[in-house]
Amino acid sequence: MNIVVLVKQVPDSGSERTLRAEDNTVDRQSVDNVINEMDEYAIEEALTLAESAGGEVTILTMGPDQAKDTIRKSLSMGAHKAVHVSDPALHGSCAVQTSAVLAKALGTLEWDLVICGAESTDGQVAVMPAMLSERLGVPHLTGARKLTVEGKQLTVERQTDGGYWVLQAQTPAIVSVWDTINEPRYPSFKGIMAAKSKPVQSLTLADLGVEAGDVGLDSATSQVLEFANRPPKQAGQVVKDEGDGGAKLADFLAGRKFI
Amino acid sequence: MAEVLVLVEHADGAVRKVSLEQLTLARSLGEPSAVVCGATGSAAALRDKLAEYGAAKVYVAESDEIDSYLVAPKAEVLAQLVAAKSPAAVLLASTNEGKEIAGRLAIKIGSGLLTDVAEVDADGTATQVVFAGAVIVKSKVNTGTPIYTLRPNSLAPEPSSGAAEEEVVEVTISESAKATKVVERVVEARTSRPELTEAGVVVSGGRGVGSAENFSIIEDLADALGGAVGASRAATDSGFYPHQFQVGQTGKTVSPQLYLAAGISGAIQHRAGMQTSKTIVVINKDSEAPIFELADYGVVGDLNKVVPQLTEEVTKRKG
Repeated sequence: MNIVVLVKQVPDSGSERTLRAEDNTVDRQSVDNVINEMDEYAIEEALTLAESAGGEVTILTMGPDQAKDTIRKSLSMGAHKAVHVSDPALHGSCAVQTSAVLAKALGTLEWDLVICGAESTDGQVAVMPAMLSERLGVPHLTGARKLTVEGKQLTVERQTDGGYWVLQAQTPAIVSVWDTINEPRYPSFKGIMAAKSKPVQSLTLADLGVEAGDVGLDSATSQVLEFANRPPKQAGQVVKDEGDGGAKLADFLAGRKFI
Repeated sequence: MAEVLVLVEHADGAVRKVSLEQLTLARSLGEPSAVVCGATGSAAALRDKLAEYGAAKVYVAESDEIDSYLVAPKAEVLAQLVAAKSPAAVLLASTNEGKEIAGRLAIKIGSGLLTDVAEVDADGTATQVVFAGAVIVKSKVNTGTPIYTLRPNSLAPEPSSGAAEEEVVEVTISESAKATKVVERVVEARTSRPELTEAGVVVSGGRGVGSAENFSIIEDLADALGGAVGASRAATDSGFYPHQFQVGQTGKTVSPQLYLAAGISGAIQHRAGMQTSKTIVVINKDSEAPIFELADYGVVGDLNKVVPQLTEEVTKRKG
């Protein structure tokens, strides 16, 4: 079973993230950029499947040059090879445009299964698997906390508010995973060394047959008009519990009409 | 006035609160038309509520098959309505399902979409709070019919009577929309508490709660306040509380009137999911815990003493 894992490089959620004043796009320069956390679970799931069922795991990333670091990390976990879609014209692309480019890139690869994280920590738009499913005409089994493969048959437990739904579809298909599905491995020293010589194919828009004018900020389907840092919260009163902390809290809640 | 399509989320014969919020918002953008997808007969039970919140029309898209497949048939119904009615906008709920339907719809009709919006101005400019509540962004869709998904609890639903004139929509599910079957829906935690993202009050516990058994003191306080129970990632990773109640970057984003955090230090992971709550109350034994920076009121103390005392006071005062 050949699996493609979609991996995104995102600004570290632990750093102070913001947008660029000049064009209102995500600022990727003033922060550390890391692999999207949920994607590590997608890689782990793909590696586990490939280990039992055979086949190759390919990492597919769209992003600027610096996304190479994220690709290298993915390969060091054990993925076999990677495809890096990178082109200056992609800067500022919206989700709709991104899905068009990823669909083209997936069209150049042989796969039975695409696995991705349920959402990214930067945009949190969480629509990519649904959009790719629509574009490629293959089923999506999204929000998985468990994935079982039997031949061509896929069964997923889709995490819901009060439990889960059991989803079924046939390969080829797209699966997205939450962090409840497994425990991602750490890259071993051997894995880190091996990653240095694993093949990374670079693809430009021209390679994919995508017109530069169809992607990027100028033709994006939505536009950020302005942004502002949210004003810091005014610090409230903090008291030390002297045996009456609960009662004082009740007074506060009563004052705000909560009780 | 142009129609605004509102995809109604409903369960057990009742309209979910977020859809009343969608209808309220839709009224400021045009004339709300509720779209009900569900099994035969499901719209009839919802009609009065939809009328009460201003639905001028109710598109009844009923089929006993529609819930047998994952989201794709609903995107087909909406695409069909967009083509027939040329609405000013489509408004869905920012739930996992709502976002997925929105994503499929955007590709089908060639439109842009904005997710997790907190408000939308009459001119279509949407406000989103991003990066763990740190940045407020104003955006606009500039291609096709704008599609928005509304984050639950972003605005207060307001009644305003509507005609709720019913129009039947013929549901034809394409073969490709049948590709993912929903074969079973399993309820693991049947609770009488409100749904986490819709609750007006959320009481959350963290690592400081100490054990799964001790989470009962968090539940007792939530019940006294009529709220939902949440948990930090540290608490769910430690097995203290089920994962679906996790509030944070990799869990639910909540925005209740009152958020009460007990035994939670306030890592960015957690703050990302609760920072936009209106009133935040903190109980933590560590006075240096970063969560106090967000507190409207904080108590430095042992949650095992403070929480039960608060529960008792609330119960007493509510009489």
